[in-house]
Parts: sequence; C-alpha cells; structure tokens
Amino acid sequence: MKRIVSLIFVFLCIGLTSCSEDNDDKVSLTNVTFNFSHNWDEIPITNSDFNTIKFTNAHGNQLSIERLRYLISKITFYKIDGSTTVLDGYNLVDVTNNENLSFTPTTFLTTGSYSDVTFTFGFNNEDNSNNYEDLNSALWSVPAILGSGYHYMQLDGKFLNKTGTEQGFNYHAIRAVDNPGANPTFPQDTFFNVSLGAITISNNATFNIEMNIAKWFKNPKTWDLNILNQTLMPNSAAQIMMFEYGQDVFNLKTVNQ
Amino acid sequence: MLFCFSCENESINKYVATPSKLSIPKLFEDNILAPIIPVDNPQTIEGVALGKKLFFDSILSVNNTQACADCHAPENAFTDSDRFSDGVDGILGNRNSMPLFNLAWNYDEKFFWDGNTFSLEHQAFVPVTDPIEMKSTWTEVEQKLEQHPEYPLLFEKAFGTSKIDSTLVTKAIAQFERTLISANSKFDRFLLGEGELTPQELNGFNVFMDETKGDCFHCHGSDKNPLWTDNIFHNNGLDETFTDLGLGAVTGDPADNGKFKSPSLRNLAFTAPYMHDGRFTTIEDVINHYSEGLKNSSTIDPLMKKVAQGGVGLSDKDKVDLKAFLLSLSDHDFVKNN
Repeated sequence: MKRIVSLIFVFLCIGLTSCSEDNDDKVSLTNVTFNFSHNWDEIPITNSDFNTIKFTNAHGNQLSIERLRYLISKITFYKIDGSTTVLDGYNLVDVTNNENLSFTPTTFLTTGSYSDVTFTFGFNNEDNSNNYEDLNSALWSVPAILGSGYHYMQLDGKFLNKTGTEQGFNYHAIRAVDNPGANPTFPQDTFFNVSLGAITISNNATFNIEMNIAKWFKNPKTWDLNILNQTLMPNSAAQIMMFEYGQDVFNLKTVNQ
Repeated sequence: MLFCFSCENESINKYVATPSKLSIPKLFEDNILAPIIPVDNPQTIEGVALGKKLFFDSILSVNNTQACADCHAPENAFTDSDRFSDGVDGILGNRNSMPLFNLAWNYDEKFFWDGNTFSLEHQAFVPVTDPIEMKSTWTEVEQKLEQHPEYPLLFEKAFGTSKIDSTLVTKAIAQFERTLISANSKFDRFLLGEGELTPQELNGFNVFMDETKGDCFHCHGSDKNPLWTDNIFHNNGLDETFTDLGLGAVTGDPADNGKFKSPSLRNLAFTAPYMHDGRFTTIEDVINHYSEGLKNSSTIDPLMKKVAQGGVGLSDKDKVDLKAFLLSLSDHDFVKNN
C-alpha cells in the first residue's frame, strides 16, 4: 500500500512538472548518487594499490593497506527553512573488493536549494542498535562485550616496525567503549557527521566524495603505528583518537548534475 | 492471440516438479541474508531426492566404487575423517575434504578451499572427472545413468526429461546439498532461549569474542552470524613458505599465496582433522596454533595478532574453555538425520 501511495505521489509530481514547464518554481523528484573514491594525499588509490608497503604516514611509518571497508549512513539534505530529507539506507563501502563504491539511495529528493548535505561516518547510536542482516552477513558486527552494534571502519594492513619487520595493524573504528564485558559503558560518541556544504539540486545529481586515507594518521597529531596497531577496539582512547583524526578525511570533490 | 496461444502451449507442455522451499532456521532468518538459490535450479522435492540418491551412489565413478559420500560422510558432517581422501585408484589428494552444510549461504559462491569454482552446481562437476577422485567421464556417467533401471524415471520426475546430462546431474546434487542445513547445536539452542551453556562454555565464547584474547570473530563470525565463517580466504599463519599456494594459484596474484577459505566452526566434533591440509588432528592443536604457533610470511593476514610472539598467548584455562565453546557449536542432530 505504501508503495502504491509513493508511486501515485511520483506520478503526480512528474505530471506537475511536465505541466508547468514555464513555471520557475517547479519542483521535481531526482535521484542522487554518491560515488566514493580514495587517495593518499591526493594520489588516487584503488585496491590494485593494496598489499604492498608503498605509503608513508605523517609519523613516518611505512605501511601497506590490505583491507578497507567503512560504513556511511543517514545522508541528510537540509533546507534553509529547517526542513530535512533523510535518504533511506546506508552503504558499506568495500574498497578491497571494489564493491559499493557507488550508492544510490532509493529515496527521491526534490530539486531546489539546500543549505547543507551531510552523512554519518558509521551509525549514530540509535541506528547502531538495530539488527542488519546484510551487515551481519558481512561479519561487520561488534561483539556484545564491546558494546554491540557495528564497525564503522576496518582499515587493515602492515607496517614496518622499529626492527624493520612487517607487522599487522587493524585500524578498526567502532563506538568507543569502556569496561568491556557484561556491562560496557560508552565514554563518548565516535560516529561523526560529514558536511558536504550547500548545494542546489536541479537534476539527478552525483556527489563524488573522496577519502584521503593518509588523514587517518595525520591530524590533530601524528599516529604512530608502533604504539597503536592492533587490539584497538577495546581501547576507548584509541577510538576517540580515530574520531578526532577522521574529522577531515572526507571531502566533496565534485557534484555532477 | 498468438501470444496467448504460445503461452497456453507452454503452460500445457512444461513439466514442473513439486516446489520444495528450504527450511530456513530461525537464527538464519533473523540475522543473515537469504540463501542463494539459482533461478534456473529451484529446489524441488523430486530434484532433492534425485540429488540425494546420486550423492550416495558410486555410479558416478569410473569403476562404480566411489560415491560423493565416501569423502563426505554424513557422520562426519559430510567430510572425511582421513587427512587426505583417496580416489578410485587409491591415490591421495593433497587437501582435506571440506564438510558440507549451510552451503546455500555462501554468498560469494566460491567453493573449495581455494575458491576455484563458482557455484554449487559447478562444484559438483569437478570430482566426477578428477583423475585422482572418481576418474570418470561425463559421457560414461550419462550413459550409465540412462541405462539404469531407475534413474531415467527419476530425472523425468525431477526435470521433465529422461535425457540425462551432466548439467541435470549436478543440478540435482546441488539441490540436495542445499538441504544440508545445520542449525541445531547447543549454542543455537542457547541463543534461542531453549538451553543453557556451562560457565566454561560461556567463558570460551567470551575468549572467542574478545579482541585481546582469541579475536576469532573477525573471520569466524559471532552470535550475529550463525554460519561461523566469513567464507573468505585468509593466510592464517600456518607456514613461512608455501608448498600449496591456495587462492594464489587461482588468481595468479602473489598477494593471495597461502590463502585458504575460513571453514565454518560448526560441527568441529565431527570434522577432524583440521585446516586445508588436515595437519591438525585435534581442536587443541588448532587452538595452540593461534595461541603460540603462528608463522610469519608476506601474506599473513594482518588480523593475526602478536605474530612475533607466535600468537595471542591464551592461558591454559582460556584454551580449555574456548574448546568447550567450540564444541557447543556441534549439531548432533545434523549428523544423525542426514
């Protein structure tokens, strides 16, 4: 029934649009697509760059990337009048397997001016408490003793440690948790919203978003993999650091429409 | 009119076997995506029955001495208790037979330890003609089945034709294999609120889920995924150099050398020996490997912890408890009823 109502609404809108070509205030429904690309300080990266120690982070650690997956959710368009449109769904970007690098939510968006567009890195706490069959199937969940919910990101690879030996690292972002066990507590939220800025949507739009992976190690300090490399999920201080370092990793490159 | 005519003709002539929906366990239904069932090979009562008969019938082998079930025995959760299985000529393979259950939930549909075959139907093609397994040819198998007193009628019932070919044989076997669903372990019943775990098993589960201890969940899943595998390929630190390249031999990518599929941890009570080459005879051996026995190599998975120290270094108590938890994933009904 919901679907029928939605379809009627779509047809009505299409009808209105086509009947009012001379009307400057016309509103139509569009699809928006979000493409995700990745770079290391402006040098583009795909999974073909994985598995080789070829990157150097701001601290000077030489490293490789072997696995990169991350979750984005709650894409929200804000109008100047305060109203918002939240696009349905979430997207698990899987760079390792070249999957879900493009995401087109099923929700239609009306054309017009928006004062901001945001998405959430990870899940907010409410969404994080739901059960998602696709994410469970992808082994994306977080153990109950670590607070349940889901990973926000898995960035795995190897770095050359102080002895020059390759050593694994697991930069796994989750909701920061203290007191792992039966009654975990949460010191602060570690999901964050990424602002893409104001936009006027006139047609189907494609947002090209890039992640600078190097920035996960760069700001506000420099991340030393010799100190923080593995077992970071139960380390709330490390999780809060990831939250801080992640604030400027995403950037809106272009919008095509 | 013509359209109606042709539709009518098709509906009259097309044989349809009796649909048979997979019985999906509640924990699967609640937590993971639906199983993969190809549109060109739906589950049917007749197809499953035919597949089961073929699975247990040595007619598929060159000299009628070996059935699928010889290396995939029900009492062993459809694997072989021998480290390596021998074929019709007594020649041993170089990998341990894989157990067969919950195969319809292998979402990437990559089968075998190295993922060399896509889809369950294609997997069933391989052993029949493998020279060190059944060593037959499909022409021979098709002829034997067509001359058999029962099979032509069974194929007719399952697929609407008595013209038997390899595609239909493998479709039937795949249908049967998809019915091999294991979801009634002690731990399953615990999750469903139908049973209790011992304190030892509960602590073992915590060791499994604790990133500072076992950290098994990143590859083998959790209570949120009843498959207990990611069905993905990893180098889990078995060797410093590789005699068997695993996934690397399939992809040709050196970064995949030494990678093999994570097996499900269900039914370990029945599936020894363990690992792709069956090198470990006991669960203790497996736990000791991850605790103290890791070997470094260029493709070792970064999820392997404390490689320089040999592994995560579990205490004796945690090892015992982890084993108790792992055994709670064994489904005794599954091996009795299939």
